[in-house]
Amino acid sequence: MSDAPRPAASRANTKKELPERFRNHRHVWVFVEYEHGRIHPVSLELIGEARKLADKLGVEVAGVLLGGSEPEMREAAAQASQFGADLNYIIADPILTDYRNQPYTKALTELVETYKPEILLLGATTLGRDLAGSVATTLRTGLTADCTELAIDDERSLAATRPTFGGSLLCTIHTLNFRPQMATVRPRVMAMPEADPSRVGRVVMHPLGMMEDDIVTKVMGFLADRESATAQLAYADIVVAGGLGLRSRENFQLVRDLAAVLGGEYGGSRPLVAKGWITADRQIGQTGKTIRPKLYIAAGISGAIQHRVGVEGADLIVAINIDPSAQIFDFAHLGVIGDAIEILPALTRAFQARLSVNRLAG
Amino acid sequence: MGALHIVVCIKQVPDSAQIRVHPIYNTIMRQGVPTIINPYDLFALEAALQLRDQFGGAVTVLTMGPPMAEESLRKALAFGADRAVLLTDRAFAGSDTLATTFALASAVSKIGETWGTPDIVFCGKQTIDGDTAQVGPGIASRLELNQLTYVAKISKLDLEAGAIEVERRAEGGTQLLSTKLPALVTMLEGSNEMRRGSLACALAAAQAEITVWNAAAAGIEDLLNCGLKGSPTIVKKVFAPGAHTVRAQQIELQDRNADDIARDLLDQIFIRQPQVEADLMRMASGQ
Ligand SMILES: Cc1cc2nc3c(=O)[nH]c(=O)nc-3n(C[C@H](O)[C@H](O)[C@H](O)COP(=O)(O)OP(=O)(O)OC[C@H]3O[C@@H](n4cnc5c(N)ncnc54)[C@H](O)[C@@H]3O)c2cc1C
Repeated sequence: MSDAPRPAASRANTKKELPERFRNHRHVWVFVEYEHGRIHPVSLELIGEARKLADKLGVEVAGVLLGGSEPEMREAAAQASQFGADLNYIIADPILTDYRNQPYTKALTELVETYKPEILLLGATTLGRDLAGSVATTLRTGLTADCTELAIDDERSLAATRPTFGGSLLCTIHTLNFRPQMATVRPRVMAMPEADPSRVGRVVMHPLGMMEDDIVTKVMGFLADRESATAQLAYADIVVAGGLGLRSRENFQLVRDLAAVLGGEYGGSRPLVAKGWITADRQIGQTGKTIRPKLYIAAGISGAIQHRVGVEGADLIVAINIDPSAQIFDFAHLGVIGDAIEILPALTRAFQARLSVNRLAG
Repeated sequence: MGALHIVVCIKQVPDSAQIRVHPIYNTIMRQGVPTIINPYDLFALEAALQLRDQFGGAVTVLTMGPPMAEESLRKALAFGADRAVLLTDRAFAGSDTLATTFALASAVSKIGETWGTPDIVFCGKQTIDGDTAQVGPGIASRLELNQLTYVAKISKLDLEAGAIEVERRAEGGTQLLSTKLPALVTMLEGSNEMRRGSLACALAAAQAEITVWNAAAAGIEDLLNCGLKGSPTIVKKVFAPGAHTVRAQQIELQDRNADDIARDLLDQIFIRQPQVEADLMRMASGQ
């Protein structure tokens, strides 16, 4: 019932007739996620995407920064500008030091109501999804989650494309008659833009207007993950992954060995998580991590669409599969039709040999 | 505060592993595809049942869907839920997440009027068919419940004080949060393991009377907030992912052994990605 995509014909209100009260909404905003002293990379990726949308619309890109300290927020704003934000709205208040839904929702909602953007993008992180749902509901506007492509249509509306039904289909969703048009995008789905150190942006400070006593939820502590494997996998330059074709947990070690020699990260297809060969944070694909490495080596992975959408951003995809008709060869750049259990260790040896030559020479 | 009352929102979804797409019309072929309770919702249901077992009180399961969604409610009763409400009305057809949360929030309010205000509303993290993770936060906003998403563990529940403490999955770590009831909690996968329902529950579930509400019965007067009319988003296009035109370049096998093939592959990788070669060589020479 809900969420189900339907062809436009069955929709009642498919014409764009933007109500008067939304006509002065302008500019493309990115919620810049700032936690533990840094901007989440997904926000910079989104600024790059927002830049393209804003240029098409002939409007500006604005970042929104919420946090506890004004100097830190100003520094983060300067960074956001280097990546493409023309201006940044900042609310700095000790209440905003740690993420909590209630004050963040109030802050972002109030900025939107005051400065009226037409598009608002957030990263589909645990923070971004928690916040986006509340803000969209409070504003009674449309929100499209986990978009894989953003574009502007002929009527200046945001066309947000996302996978649906477990990735077997894509659908393009519009919020025609409400503003802002909201969308979330997962980390690594969009490319990281180049920073331009000479770029500077304007800053608009805004007050929060809340007291700590107004906020019901308290943060009692934060336990940082011991090994931030998650982030490393998503942002690794080289990733080696295995699938069911490896046949056993023991053989999966061959994947780890190659990753180690290449100084890369390892991961796998979803069934390996169910089998307990890898942990869930190593799963690559639509319901796991999206990766954009320079080199991706997939061994014994069939290349199902749910896996494919997580790896298509890789610069070079190498597939090792025993079946010449495996789907993975449809989108890999280089293929070897062969037994991964033989090819993987041979490849590890080949790299070792080549790299040790360099070590001697160097 | 009276006895603990928990509402769990569940959704019946097609078993997506078995979904097929019509090759020409790009429509979902639902015929014959079995339906299941959205797997993420089971973690919410189990968390609710555990609290009820510990503190007493009742668990009400709620679903919005077509009449056949009753099946998922019976399954939830068989696991041990105390009562079930099916919210079903043609007016809800085509709801996006905003319209869905309007209908569900209305039903939760009505459940509160009928059986007592819930202390906690549980949802799964997201569904496997929509994958939006928006419905939980949407219900929380509409009912002004304190929102706790991606909860890995409920560390403490104090009904006297009306307080709850949880471990929440955040970016790069775990947030320890405390808040007041009533709260909305979305449970993270893997946070518990669904019990096997008892035989007594299974027998009772088969006989149980399920409360069926249409929009009016759930207290919804204004249908403008429901279904297509209440949905700010529209789906303009549904399509299959494009096929790549260029297939992978295959490394020639020519009866060579694995080591020869691997060396050939390595050369091809370096030819296509000189940057990778440069990075690796720098790493190898210890710079
Ligand atoms: C809602 C939903 C979400 C999903 N999300 C994800 C996701 O995020 N990530 C994901 O990966 N999957 C996901 N899946 C599962 C996906 O549909 C596939 O089932 C899965 O990716 C298949 O994993 P696999 O390639 O390892 O296994 P298989 O499909 O079984 O493929 C094994 C491959 O190994 C090859 N092989 C066998 N022996 C050898 C050998 N000796 N040497 C070399 N090759 C060999 C075979 O030819 C075959 O191509 C999802 C599914 C659904 C329904």
